[in-house]
Amino acid sequence: MGSYSSHVSKIEDLQGIIQETGFSKAHVCRLYDRFEGLDQNKAGQLSREDFQRIGELAVNPLGDRIINAFFPDGNQTLDFRSFIRILACFRPVTVDKSAGPNSPEPINSRSNKLRFAFQLYDQDRDGKISRDELFQVLRMMLEAQVTDDQLDSITDRTIQEADLDGDGAISFEEFRKSLENVNLEHKMSIRFLQ
Amino acid sequence: MGRDRSECAVRCVLLTALGLLLCCPVALSSMGEAHPGGYTEPGGSHGGNETNDHQSGFHIVSFHWEHVQSPYVIALWILVASLAKIVFHLSEKVTSVVPESALLIVLGLILGGIVWAADRAASFTLTPTVFFFYLLPPIVLDAGYFMPNRHFFGNIGTILMYAVIGTVWNAATTGLSLYGIFKSGIMGTVNASLLEFLLFGSLIAAVDPVAVLAVFEEVHVNEGLFIIVFGESLLNDAVTVVLYNVFKSFVAVGAGNIEGLDYFKGIVSFFVVSLGGTAIGIIFAFVLSLVTRFTKHVRVIEPGFVFVFSYLSYLTAEMLSLSAILAITFCGICCQKYVKANLCEQSITTVRYVMKMLASGAETIIFMFLGISAVNTTIWRWDTAFILLTLVFISVYRVIGVVIQTWILNHYRVVQLEIIDQVVMSYGGLRGAVAFALAVLLNDTMPTKELFVSTTIIVVYFTVIFQGLTIKPLVNWLKVKRSSQREPLLNEKLHGRAFDHILSAIEDISGQIGHNYLRDKWTNFDRKYLSKVMMRKSAQISRDKILSVFRELNLKDAISYVSEGERRGSLAFIRSSSDVNVDFTGPRHSVVDSSVSAVLRESTSEVCLDMQAVENRVKSVKDREETVTHHMLQQHLYKPRQRYKLNYSRHKLIRNEDEKQDKEIFQRTMKKRLENFKPTKLGANYNTKFRNMKKERAAKKKHSDAVPNGRLPTHTVAFHIDKDSDVEDNYDTSDGGISFLITAPIEESDETRTGINNPSFSTEEDQSVYQMIPPWMSNEETVVPSQRARLQIPRSPNNFRRLTPLQLSNRSIDSFLLADISDEHPLSFLPESSM
Repeated sequence: MGSYSSHVSKIEDLQGIIQETGFSKAHVCRLYDRFEGLDQNKAGQLSREDFQRIGELAVNPLGDRIINAFFPDGNQTLDFRSFIRILACFRPVTVDKSAGPNSPEPINSRSNKLRFAFQLYDQDRDGKISRDELFQVLRMMLEAQVTDDQLDSITDRTIQEADLDGDGAISFEEFRKSLENVNLEHKMSIRFLQ
Repeated sequence: MGRDRSECAVRCVLLTALGLLLCCPVALSSMGEAHPGGYTEPGGSHGGNETNDHQSGFHIVSFHWEHVQSPYVIALWILVASLAKIVFHLSEKVTSVVPESALLIVLGLILGGIVWAADRAASFTLTPTVFFFYLLPPIVLDAGYFMPNRHFFGNIGTILMYAVIGTVWNAATTGLSLYGIFKSGIMGTVNASLLEFLLFGSLIAAVDPVAVLAVFEEVHVNEGLFIIVFGESLLNDAVTVVLYNVFKSFVAVGAGNIEGLDYFKGIVSFFVVSLGGTAIGIIFAFVLSLVTRFTKHVRVIEPGFVFVFSYLSYLTAEMLSLSAILAITFCGICCQKYVKANLCEQSITTVRYVMKMLASGAETIIFMFLGISAVNTTIWRWDTAFILLTLVFISVYRVIGVVIQTWILNHYRVVQLEIIDQVVMSYGGLRGAVAFALAVLLNDTMPTKELFVSTTIIVVYFTVIFQGLTIKPLVNWLKVKRSSQREPLLNEKLHGRAFDHILSAIEDISGQIGHNYLRDKWTNFDRKYLSKVMMRKSAQISRDKILSVFRELNLKDAISYVSEGERRGSLAFIRSSSDVNVDFTGPRHSVVDSSVSAVLRESTSEVCLDMQAVENRVKSVKDREETVTHHMLQQHLYKPRQRYKLNYSRHKLIRNEDEKQDKEIFQRTMKKRLENFKPTKLGANYNTKFRNMKKERAAKKKHSDAVPNGRLPTHTVAFHIDKDSDVEDNYDTSDGGISFLITAPIEESDETRTGINNPSFSTEEDQSVYQMIPPWMSNEETVVPSQRARLQIPRSPNNFRRLTPLQLSNRSIDSFLLADISDEHPLSFLPESSM
């Protein structure tokens, strides 16, 4: 849509980004627009506050967790490259015939999508969703009128259901297993990020 | 025109009512016979009755039928239509398969048939006057007023393309093809000129909003597609009417007398008519908004303004021979924001309901009329070839048009229109009452009028009934690929919902679709100028959405707010926020009851939602607990923002269920952000301080346990603000603005008497605190953290004192108890107060 030529020069390593993320040039440009739009103080980097300013996230029960996911390893800022890399995870899966068996796993693969979700639960990054971590997420996702007792029981059941090795926590492998039948490609893909 | 209307209504309603009630058919149907075709004076038509009345001298009770005739039959007619709707909806099954519009047409046919059988006369035809002056405006206004503006303007390019180019394309190709066929001589009996074919093409080209909506409402298509087809069908009516008028005048002039200039004029008139209509609508919308600004003291008639002004915009546009449909549509679109901000809550509700009622009623009547008016031997002229060819052409060209335009549009659209969307769009090209009314409006002198009218009727019937019936199965069939019906595991349900939330968050982060620049510009302009002029001062403060409020209250404000609190010497107001049972939603929930029984009680109301799960599992008693768990998840998981939600339904008012949820999450988020914010910004200093505070509290708690007369917390401060806060707040508290309702039990007075200062519960001080709220906080009830804090924020030495002696008061015991509890479960914030 329209001419993007003005942006193209501003984006560093456009080709590299396209290669890595699989976005088209137009999409990269559009997302760059968005990036600049979010970047209130024109620092070329986003801060947490820039994200928190997005009103819709304030009414998303997982909003803040998702914001945090954009700032891994305690980073306080986010550059465009990382921004677009994370969004690329939500590109719809397309059948890419040119990709040979040896080509690297695409950024929007099923397991990357799963990993993104998993790390929202796994706050201490020990590779496991502990009971406590699950409880916290449940608390966010359930209406406030649900009591802690009820939550406890839901948490226990959920863990029981997924926990195959009986360690009382959900590992990534178990997480993946429990979601085997979910059409993740559909559920975790955004159409306009194609 | 009033005469016309009453006449038609008179006859048809009368006879319909007759057919329905099957009572005294002869007496009343004789009136119908009296005037089979034209419009005669009511007095004349009922000569029999009248003369009897007049001749027989003085009567104590006399029968003045003709006196009440017109309104009476109109009322009866509406009654019949409404009753029919009740009957249809008695059976869920029927209405879920057959679209209501089709049912109504069939009903109309039956009624018409009965009447025809009774008196052998054409009962009624839907006259253009009634249709255009009384039935169409409410429908279009309703569509405009409830238009999801954001989506509409987000897709305006696409909509205009389909509406303008698509309609012209349909009209031209259909007309020309029919003419071509006619030239080739296959159609034997028809004798018409090229212009007449084009005229027919133009009247049959428009996709009708009434018909399309009636069907799309029931077929769940996605939001983008819905708004496109909806917008298209709204705007293309205007295009159709213009085209129609142009061709009609061409036909009247005669093909030989048209000069090149006239074609040019035709094109110019198209733009003038449509843009002019739009302008009229916008002007009226602004005047309306301005007027509603000053209706504070005439609340009762407030809603009337909306309808009167909108209708006037329609009539004005009609008077100036501009597009009336566009005028009233844009009047609705433009006024909605300001009207909603200016009117009081009750008036808004009234407007919503009345509008829905009128629109729904009008639609019902239209479809019924369509059925009835077909039972009329005088209008029929059957030409199989012509009818079939028309059907084929309109379908084929619609498909071709959609495919070509979509192909072009997809180069520019961020969200591509996929094959399935195109199929739905092509197939959703229903024709309706507009086409029919236009056909009837043709000059009687035109030799082909009857043919055109009857063909139009067939086309309308075919599209509404056949396509309407089949579109749902078609969509389902195309969409399916559904996995086998298996009860999802707990994990799947839970994580699935999490994925939904993640997805919508990512959508928000990566930005919505297109046109952001223009939208931002507009928002700015609106905020700077329009809103200032057209909204009440109070409404300007309370912008109508949580989100925009939130934008204003960004973290910066929160920061300064917190540090203000810190400077005053206490952060306790955040921590101890749960010491008061503050209720933000209104009096209904003022007693917070989060017991299991309450949860169960509530969930029973919606058991049907999860019936399948219950059924599947109820077999084994062991699984019961699991059922409960599933059920609870189903019931209490926050709903994701629905991505495939119809924003519009003519027959239902969609209550914004999300609002409550949004509020709740918003509270949580803000609270959490504030809490997260403290440790980072205030540093270790705070932490130690906080720890000390905790210790102190623990000590206090022990101490207070020893106090013999420790009472249980019984106070409930309901902090309720009129929804949508028609905040007359600071200006006029008597007008349903914000009011503090403090239900203090009797002990309260005891306490004040004994001199123990219980600061949180003293009315005057609360008020005074409230008055001191900085402007950015007084936005709306949704800015909950600020309000929560309002009660407790230390703002003055006086208030400062209020917080310190807290420890002396009995009440504080409870507050510390509660505060400690929330310390132990830091993440279960607001467990008891945010319902």
